[in-house]
Amino acid sequence: MGPFIETLIGGLMAGMLYSLIALGFVLIFKASGVFNFAQGAMVLFAALAMARLAEWLPRFTGLDGKLLVNVIAFAGALAVMVVVAWLVERLALSRLVNQEGITLLMATLGIAYLLEGAGQMLFGNDIYKIDIGLPKDPMFLFEKTFEGGILVSKEDLYAALIAAALVASLSLFFQKTATGRALRAVADDHQAAQSIGIPLSRIWVIVWSVAGFVALVAGMIWGSKLGVQFSLSLVALKALPVVILGGLTSVPGAIVGGLLIGVGEKLSEAYLGPALGGGIEYWFGYVLVLGVLLVRPQGLFGEKIIDRV
Amino acid sequence: MLYRENGQFKTTYAADSQILPIRQDRIAMMLLLIAAFVVIPAVSSEYLLRAVLIPFLILSLAALGLNVLVGYCGQISLGSGAFMAVGAYVAYNCQARFEGMPLVVSLLAGGLGATVLGVAFGIPSLRIKGLYLAVATLAAQFFVDWACLRLKWVTNDSTSGSVSVAHLDLFGLPVESPQARYLLCLAIVVLFALITKNIVRGHIGRSWMAMRDMDVAAAVIGIRPVQAKLSAFAVSSFIIGVAGALWGFVHLGSWEPAAFGINRSFDLLFMVIIGGLGSISGAFFGAAFIVVLPLLLDKLPYWTGLPMDTATASHLALMIFGALIVFFLIKEPHGLARLWATAKEKLRLWPFPH
Repeated sequence: MGPFIETLIGGLMAGMLYSLIALGFVLIFKASGVFNFAQGAMVLFAALAMARLAEWLPRFTGLDGKLLVNVIAFAGALAVMVVVAWLVERLALSRLVNQEGITLLMATLGIAYLLEGAGQMLFGNDIYKIDIGLPKDPMFLFEKTFEGGILVSKEDLYAALIAAALVASLSLFFQKTATGRALRAVADDHQAAQSIGIPLSRIWVIVWSVAGFVALVAGMIWGSKLGVQFSLSLVALKALPVVILGGLTSVPGAIVGGLLIGVGEKLSEAYLGPALGGGIEYWFGYVLVLGVLLVRPQGLFGEKIIDRV
Repeated sequence: MLYRENGQFKTTYAADSQILPIRQDRIAMMLLLIAAFVVIPAVSSEYLLRAVLIPFLILSLAALGLNVLVGYCGQISLGSGAFMAVGAYVAYNCQARFEGMPLVVSLLAGGLGATVLGVAFGIPSLRIKGLYLAVATLAAQFFVDWACLRLKWVTNDSTSGSVSVAHLDLFGLPVESPQARYLLCLAIVVLFALITKNIVRGHIGRSWMAMRDMDVAAAVIGIRPVQAKLSAFAVSSFIIGVAGALWGFVHLGSWEPAAFGINRSFDLLFMVIIGGLGSISGAFFGAAFIVVLPLLLDKLPYWTGLPMDTATASHLALMIFGALIVFFLIKEPHGLARLWATAKEKLRLWPFPH
């Protein structure tokens, strides 16, 4: 029983990390109808910016104190992501309005390549560290009930808490502020939103900036786990099934989908893996999503797809 | 002036429905085929054949297959690398496990293996549409990646995980020199392009295009969605499977599963989009773009004379590649084939403005 609960908790926390990245996809798709394949590259770009700024600040300004440097680096990286969002909207999105889905998809893939190359050229292509003070040692719970206790990684736990806080603050943003309402209006119906005076291009810049913020938080957490290197952009490929499982247009869906896929991956690797040769978690998420889509083609929480003739 | 159709009247239905009704087009195609079959192998260097023309031909075959699925039938598929992999591995197993198996049979067997997988992963397309289908086909990609790595019988129990094909021969003639390999690929590509063009002009092709444009309306007028979608998946994966087998046998010689990873799928999709969705010539344009561009970009530091290390050069190449893709999609979302069609239209009127 002990190992099962351990795998379960590990899966839940891994799932929260996936849903961090999935949130960026969902936000952009909700508001602009674009499936942003560049989200992984944005995570990498943001993480690189933060890691390098945290490195350069003490060197060039003599600032000290990890907290101060990290906060300024975070703010700097956020500013960089806002600039990226503005450039993407200006140069690419505004000229591709009304194109077919697959054209937009390929355009975001091109933007992904562009960001990957630019990030590595501007910030370097070594492995960099992000050190935000997350404790690396594990902790053991319930040592009386289960033998040896249940191993819970403190780092993952803090990351899950940060992700939860992010989701809560995003929900507050969407529900309580005027900009959040404008974003929801644009997500609902572009033309109607435009006709009541909501400036679409500015909303798209805001959405991509918020997605950039989410990418920065995700990059910060994944970067402190894995180190900031090129393979960070491949983490997005693991988050894709989460997006689809939850439904492309649903924020709670991204969370629930993330938890399900995280748990599913870890449990399948532990229990099915040895029978099939190992390495199952590579494709388990995708096959799980395939199965769910056959029953519910719009994902768990997505909008029902209505075909009109 | 040069491209007018004046005086070209058709007197039979067969003549009217030929693929190239304009005489200048037929002459141009004849010249192109003569150049491709006779002139190019004679004058090209080994580098040009091995590094540019053979990959171009094989990838244009794969892009042709993908265009059938994405361009003519409208089903977005991100798993084309997996179909290439299955084609390559099935062909390899045919070649390696059976003594004296003819090359053509192995290649076709590779295509059939990919067809089986394609139909299996095409069944979800009956329920799932659009972007959801794109991610569902990624399941095929990752599953095949894993299977080629972990299932020992796929690689014929190879210890290193990579497989190689010794020597090829076609009906007793050895296919070793670059010229022979080039001619083999060219013959297969021309044959498949002709067959595909005719399939697409027939009633199956029209049913695919109906499903692409509005699948509910197509079902209403009596086109069976199951037949249309699964036949598109079948034909497309057969072509992609043969291309994969060619890629492994002729171009790579020896390969491991990473050769058919997700980057290959993205490359094929780029070729189809940039070349032009729903056009046979578009596959060739797109393949030319994607094959030639990285080679040009790699030479960039040498031409501009700027001193830059290899890392910066490769990052710059990646950036320019991404930027060009976005630029092309903004300028001409219907691809290079549309640009070519526009040019031909203007050529019909030349030298007059209208």
